Amino acid sequence: MAIRRGRGVAAINYPTGMNLGGDPTQALVHSTPTGNFMVTLSSVDLGQGMKQIMAQICAETIGVPTDRVVVDTADTDTGPHCMGTFASRGTHRAGNAVIQAAREARQVMLEVAAEELEVNASDLETDGQGNILVKGAPQKSISIFDVALSAHFKRGRSISGRGMFLIPRSYPEKETGAMKPSTCYAHACTVAEVEVDDETGEVTVLTVKNVFEIGRALNPKMVEQQLVGGSWMGISHALYETTEPYYPNRDHGGTDFNQYLMPGPGDLAETEIIVLERPSADGPYGAKGPGEMCANPQIPAVANAVFDAVGVRIDTLPITPERILRALKAQAAN
Amino acid sequence: MAKVPVQFTLNGSEKAEFIDSGTTLLHALRDKIGDTSPKGGCHQGTCGACSVIIDGELRLSCLTLVETCNGAVISTTSGLSEAGVLHPLQRAFLDTFATQCGFCTPGMIMAAKVLLDHTPNPSRDEVIEALSGNICRCTGYEPIIQAVLTAARSNSQNAA
Ligand code: FES
Ligand code: FES
Repeated sequence: MAIRRGRGVAAINYPTGMNLGGDPTQALVHSTPTGNFMVTLSSVDLGQGMKQIMAQICAETIGVPTDRVVVDTADTDTGPHCMGTFASRGTHRAGNAVIQAAREARQVMLEVAAEELEVNASDLETDGQGNILVKGAPQKSISIFDVALSAHFKRGRSISGRGMFLIPRSYPEKETGAMKPSTCYAHACTVAEVEVDDETGEVTVLTVKNVFEIGRALNPKMVEQQLVGGSWMGISHALYETTEPYYPNRDHGGTDFNQYLMPGPGDLAETEIIVLERPSADGPYGAKGPGEMCANPQIPAVANAVFDAVGVRIDTLPITPERILRALKAQAAN
Repeated sequence: MAKVPVQFTLNGSEKAEFIDSGTTLLHALRDKIGDTSPKGGCHQGTCGACSVIIDGELRLSCLTLVETCNGAVISTTSGLSEAGVLHPLQRAFLDTFATQCGFCTPGMIMAAKVLLDHTPNPSRDEVIEALSGNICRCTGYEPIIQAVLTAARSNSQNAA
């Protein structure tokens, strides 16, 4: 009887968004009379930071500082259509819709500025600080604040735009079954090191080293935050979490979340995160969806590490001490 | 149900309410007094989201009957910032990206505050111990541990 060490590796591809009845998200952008911009969405921020990312995307597209953008995700009854925040689709789908809406709003904004400055709209550019300048003659400029006032009170125009992003449903080809369920994949690879006590069946994850390829990281600190949390969650899925430990038998299933196991702050594995940025062709500024992907590769990596440590393949989650001990017993009996 | 008079200090201001006997402090704070910073995660003492400080001690407001709080001095996360300036713990939670959905954050901050009040320079293990009654679904805990250590460091720098 001994503590045995093992190391396992796993790599995954993970689609961004879903392929059911088509996957649309829509967005509306409009300016207030003082030249702040509102993004209206039905997409919900569950803590991933969608509001911040949509503000950045809108600001980048219109050419204003991020703090000039307010994102309203208040109401799925009255807001523009969104399928929802799931399938790692939020940044990709809503981001693309926001870009389209913001482009249209920017065009109106430049047209109003052009009338004020008596130049062509195509000769104008934004400085990213809240001003519109004549290309090559930056001393000729107008603030977006004044443009908005002019649009609202003088020119009777709405600086606004509509954005729609739809990934249409892909049907399998009759002959081959080939289809395109997703247009954009994130990738990850994890190496996990574990210790398995072959007497108690207990697994301790010592280290997890993750590489995530997530398109462009629109907000690197928030990406890191998701990945760190996701890596922990992957270990939690691998070793602890279940509502039905003897599925389909309900016996010993938790009756409440207080019987739902997750590792606490004292059970953390040494975690390393490396981010690779390979901008996606159809992502907003190259982004992909890293949300769920980041909690997946740890699971097969831990299962492989357990195999490396004690030579048994556990193919049911979570990898509990009981499952390991039963497998070791079966192995010994053979 | 009979109403009982309850009087306590919440974040420095006097509160006096008639509250149904048997009401938890969590319910009284959120639904009667309007301080929604303590969160109701489990309502059975297992998640820590409802943590508040009562007379200097960390307590679970979901398991505390409000009528036992007469004369108590209670602090919640909503009372931490002063004149719009965030408490060092709040600042550190932001700076280390230690909050995602934020549901656990007020409880985590209360637990951390009690720790730092008694142990201004805690070790990593002491931080883990202090947070071990609080569940977080999102962050993987490491950023929260870092936030508490960061706040402790900035406190000791300010004191120096
Ligand atoms: S709500 Fe009080 S411990 Fe969960
Ligand atoms: S930040 Fe979501 S539960 Fe901790």
